[in-house]
Amino acid sequence: MATTELKVEEKQAVSTVTLRVFRFDPEKDKTSRYDTFQVPVKPGMSVLETLFEVLDKQDSSLAFRYACRGAVCGSCAMYINGSYKLACETQLSLMGTTEITVGPLPHLPVIRDLVVDMAPFFEKYERVMPYLQTKNDLKDKERLQSPKQRKLINEAVDCILCSSCYSACPITWTHKEYLGPSALNKAYRFVADSRDEATAERLKVVSGEDGVWRCHTIFNCVEACPKKLNQTDAIETLRRKTVSQKLKFWKR
Amino acid sequence: MVKEMHKHQVIIVGGGMAGLRAALESYDQGMDTAVVSQVHPIRSHSGAAQGGINGSLANVPEGKDDNWERHAFDTVKGSDFLADQDAVETMTKEAAIRIIELEHMGTPFSRTEDGKIAQRPFGGAGYPRTCYASDKTGHVIMQALYEQLVKRQVKVYAEYFVVTLAVQGDVCRGLVAINIITGGLESFEADAVILATGGSGRIYARSSNAIINTGSGMAVAYQAGVPLKDLEFIQFHPTSLLGSNILMTEAARGEGGYLVNNQGERFMQRYTPKVMELAPRDIVSRSIQTEIDQGRGFPGGCVHLDLRHLGREKILERLPGIRDIAMNFASVDPILQPIPIQPAQHYTMGGIDCNVDGETVLKGLLTAGECACVSVHGANRLGGNSLLDTVVFGQRSGKKAVQYVQDKHTRVPAEKAMNEAVAKAEKKITTLTEGQASEPTFKIRSELGETMTNKVGIFRDKGPMTEAVQKIKDLKQRYKGCRVTYKGKKFNLDLLRTLELEGCLQVAEVIAQGALARQESRGSHTRLDFKDRDDVNWLKHTLAYYTADGPQMKYRPVTITRWQPEARKY
Repeated sequence: MATTELKVEEKQAVSTVTLRVFRFDPEKDKTSRYDTFQVPVKPGMSVLETLFEVLDKQDSSLAFRYACRGAVCGSCAMYINGSYKLACETQLSLMGTTEITVGPLPHLPVIRDLVVDMAPFFEKYERVMPYLQTKNDLKDKERLQSPKQRKLINEAVDCILCSSCYSACPITWTHKEYLGPSALNKAYRFVADSRDEATAERLKVVSGEDGVWRCHTIFNCVEACPKKLNQTDAIETLRRKTVSQKLKFWKR
Repeated sequence: MVKEMHKHQVIIVGGGMAGLRAALESYDQGMDTAVVSQVHPIRSHSGAAQGGINGSLANVPEGKDDNWERHAFDTVKGSDFLADQDAVETMTKEAAIRIIELEHMGTPFSRTEDGKIAQRPFGGAGYPRTCYASDKTGHVIMQALYEQLVKRQVKVYAEYFVVTLAVQGDVCRGLVAINIITGGLESFEADAVILATGGSGRIYARSSNAIINTGSGMAVAYQAGVPLKDLEFIQFHPTSLLGSNILMTEAARGEGGYLVNNQGERFMQRYTPKVMELAPRDIVSRSIQTEIDQGRGFPGGCVHLDLRHLGREKILERLPGIRDIAMNFASVDPILQPIPIQPAQHYTMGGIDCNVDGETVLKGLLTAGECACVSVHGANRLGGNSLLDTVVFGQRSGKKAVQYVQDKHTRVPAEKAMNEAVAKAEKKITTLTEGQASEPTFKIRSELGETMTNKVGIFRDKGPMTEAVQKIKDLKQRYKGCRVTYKGKKFNLDLLRTLELEGCLQVAEVIAQGALARQESRGSHTRLDFKDRDDVNWLKHTLAYYTADGPQMKYRPVTITRWQPEARKY
């Protein structure tokens, strides 16, 4: 076992990064500021780990969210060097610079430092009826769905609700009631699910004033998404379905 | 100091799979139900589960002869005969209905050609019985359960950290928690509390677990006098990514991946030639560690998980999530290169002592999921059984909580218990925030992690474990010098992490002391000085009771229904 003995302190720092972190407490501070920290770099270190280094050893007042540190929980979406990133999967060694600026998700209310209020995001999520709706009860058998049908939602179900796309979408900045890319992706996920039987009701919600027609296909959402989803494509599909449903109605 | 007082009939602590399943059960049976969670429920660590959930659905041709009894036997054998067999029978019998129910709730499982829930082989299982959604099974189930919560508009208190339970005599009447956003203490009165707070992986330096998995729920129960059971049984997952220790699912081997040492050899042929890479996790982890220790590993202390022969298409279809993780965290594309992996702490088989309905020794306190120990996993859990545990025992504990609440005569007035709990929580926080720190919290946390990984790890021995027990006692002493240096209220991570650390030290002490006491090797508990399983003296559960001087151990026999312990061979 001697060969694999772990020594926490032995991981020698090889260099440092300059970390600029957004600081703001809306109840105490008149304006926000950026604090600068010099953080020793360990091999394989992520931006999230640099934040913990600061919290543990330099400034115990720093506030940020975290949970899985494996890019699946969506807690640590932040604005890092001008891009939307999950802090946990952003590797220092791959950033091409030793100057790192970390801010909270833009356009969401700041609670403190890097922690934003996700309520506007989850309100939109709840409005699209984000749950499977079916009419008949199959009791003790699963609903059948072919692999081909499942494939239609392969991408959409990957959303981790990190809110990067919502934060990046210029429409949400000006039109606060716009459902936004993530909620619309969730709506698409159920509309495209062969098992769901509430397509008409859902299309009604997403085709309203705050829905799919607000999208200007700017693709910021697609660029911001850490899971590389295509929300714009999902919105386009919802638009087509909305139109074809309306046409069906008039053709009757 | 208490900002707000809340009151619900059933309060579930923890927003992961066990907690949400319990909440749905309680709500659907008409209870005023609330979930209190340290993070937004969707951020819970259940969502990081990858490989799948076990149930003998017999949906694929190779599994057509599978049934719940075979699942039960595999589980009991996997547990090295420490699991209570009546509880295992309950879990495997109810597996199919709980999984079908998840499908009905909207979980997008992967499918067979004829449209049924797809199943894949997993370690220690006689048939392909692990139901999956590519390698993101936990993610999609978490989403579906949360969607159901939203559908019903179940009350959720997100970002609350529980400081203490409110207990009077042998009855639990609620809890006191910090509202993380405001920093205020809030009290929660309840007729029944269900703890579903997950595992304690972060006590170890090397763990696949989320940073939030600190055993905090186990600690509050333990402090309230509920014994912790079998905590010395810690699962080390064979394949965590070198460096970050993020999980690389067992499904990678279930789908045909190889484990290879620096000689280019599929070394599992020397350990379990019949089942090769699909032996249970304890065995594979020991094998990998042996390879590394005997110089057949790669630099950094790892071996290779090789998926290249599976081909691009299969990797993209079945294992896209771990491919992304390997690429983003280790700059390795599994389609082109082998993945460097090493064992890491992964799961807490033990937990808060409870029965098949989640009941603990305290009336009105129930528990489910990884923080609980029924026990169905015994000395080693099979892959795919943890998600099953969460939904089966989540549902059962929810149901039992409702029955308990309806059975009114067991209740005592809450006021005294609540007042005392508030005073206790206030005192705890005041102690931590007043005065000068003589000890940085992070040092204690990292020394604890190092101690546990090095001395209470995969291979254990009397000497190192004795040192570990002493070290933890020292750390507990030094912890008394820890202070919260940030005095602000809102989102005070310093306070939260310092509070968590107290629980980590207590839980770690139970693990180390239980391991030192258990003079045998069974499942994940491998002693170099007691190499064999000892059914005469140790076919029993460890129960650790809280005392101010450290845990006091008692023991309880294992329930055996139909499978007499036999040699565990694969």
